[in-house]
Amino acid sequence: MLKLTQYRNHSEKIELIKSGKISLRKNVEEFLHEIEDKKELNAFNFVFDDVLLQADKVEEKIKKGSAGKLGGMVISIKDVLSIKSRPMTCSSKILKNYEAVYTATAVQKLLDEDAIIIGKTNCDEFAMGSSNENSAFGIVRNPHDTERVPGGSSGGSAVSVAADLCDASLGTDTGGSIRQPAAFCGVYGLKPTYGRVSRYGLTAFASSFDTIGPFAKSIEDIALIMSVISGKDPKDSTSHDIEVPAFTLNVDNVEKYRVGIPKEYLNPSSEGGLDQEIKEAIENQIDLLKENGYEIKEISLPHTEYAIATYYILTTAEASSNLSRYDGAHYGYRSDKANNLFDMYTESRTEGFGKEVKRRIMLGTYVLSAGYYDAYYRKAQKVRRLLKEDFDKAFQQVDIMLTPTTPTVAFKIGEKSADPLQMYLSDIFTTPANLAGIPGINIPVGKNSEGLPIGLQLMANHFEELKLLRFAKKLETIQ
Amino acid sequence: MSVTKRDVEYIARLARLRFNDEELESYTAELNEILNYMEKLNELNTETVEPLSHPIENVNVFRDDKLIVSIDRADALKNAPSRDEEFFKVPKVINK
Repeated sequence: MLKLTQYRNHSEKIELIKSGKISLRKNVEEFLHEIEDKKELNAFNFVFDDVLLQADKVEEKIKKGSAGKLGGMVISIKDVLSIKSRPMTCSSKILKNYEAVYTATAVQKLLDEDAIIIGKTNCDEFAMGSSNENSAFGIVRNPHDTERVPGGSSGGSAVSVAADLCDASLGTDTGGSIRQPAAFCGVYGLKPTYGRVSRYGLTAFASSFDTIGPFAKSIEDIALIMSVISGKDPKDSTSHDIEVPAFTLNVDNVEKYRVGIPKEYLNPSSEGGLDQEIKEAIENQIDLLKENGYEIKEISLPHTEYAIATYYILTTAEASSNLSRYDGAHYGYRSDKANNLFDMYTESRTEGFGKEVKRRIMLGTYVLSAGYYDAYYRKAQKVRRLLKEDFDKAFQQVDIMLTPTTPTVAFKIGEKSADPLQMYLSDIFTTPANLAGIPGINIPVGKNSEGLPIGLQLMANHFEELKLLRFAKKLETIQ
Repeated sequence: MSVTKRDVEYIARLARLRFNDEELESYTAELNEILNYMEKLNELNTETVEPLSHPIENVNVFRDDKLIVSIDRADALKNAPSRDEEFFKVPKVINK
């Protein structure tokens, strides 16, 4: 029997199953075994006990030729997405016993194409964090070095793919929560355009920033999952009514995209700069593209240094409003200390939320409060427009932007957790795409001298995911 | 603009959160550090810039005014910390 790692993408896996070289049940058993074996990574909040039953049903469909596009793909789901009658905790004590009452559209679309959902992955509480250290289920560890963080907030999703615990994962990205852990763990991770994938069933953190996207070990699988989860959904009025491409990756006819290198990303002016080995890895990729006849253009995104301040004002404001629904009345944790309504709210929230979530609720409440609204919130909304216009202008000159995904490789557990501002600043290269609503992808481009993965980020204009994927494929073929 | 411990207490009340003295101290220090960093935005003159509230500037999205079944009562009550057959139960609001 072949080992599960002996296929590179889903179509190879399907061929192996069809020809009888691997059995799907065995494949799922191996994943379950790996999850048990690598328990110290703490990637999963829940592993579903009916997963072998799911596998048997799908295997039969595959053999009869009636399986959907994702038939037999084993996928984990970040524990901020609802699946009916399954637990959904957002890695928070406040939702510890919550069971979802409906299924997120993105997950339903996976199920409709016969994907196998293996379980729910650990993450930072309510997707707030860059290290997966803020979880009521405990920290998640990086499989490349278990003393280091996997990144966040979708840390468990990135680890589940990187450590061969499943084929792919769905995560969410509000300021880099797919791309940054993908970079730290050495896998592909795509943040789609805002509005490309329905947010119905995604627990809201910052509603004008939140997106859902895939992690996988190949560009082919990222493209395949995107072809399934994209599209307008009447249940999310911000999902966009625009044609969904087939996401085919034929790169032979791909014209030579003009590639922009934002100078603010390779030579950041402040905030700790950029790790030298990452810089060299990115420059190597740029040289490779030049050798292959690509037009490389230095461009400027002049407001980049204001992205973090803008992002943390606007997202905490939206979060403070979104998280007011956790009141101890309708669902979730209720403190038994209270005997009046005000105390029920206050005590339930005080006992139920973790430290970072409280910090962001406080910050958000402050910037929205009377007397400070104009100085912080409105000001940040204005700067958000300036940041978006930076991209609008740059995309008149280039098709693709190429940058590092993160300023450093995976940092040590505990290294930044005592200093929230330092933690926030580590999101410098990923938050701009969320502020502008554009798509971005992390591409693993090797490891540093300590064996830790390095990530390259590509960004394109609104709804141009296909350009990203085709260019990523091209980049892979010229290595 | 500097945030005092009293401001933090006031904001906590608005957010329905409660902190002990030690937490008040640390949140005050952290909020000051973060807000101080955010002052950076004042380097920019934005007088003529329109605020952007959404990355994809949609017009209103309407649907037909038809009744659509959403979740049923049993499901809605399923996760309630306290309930009866029909309602969520909370501590008494009105005292006679």
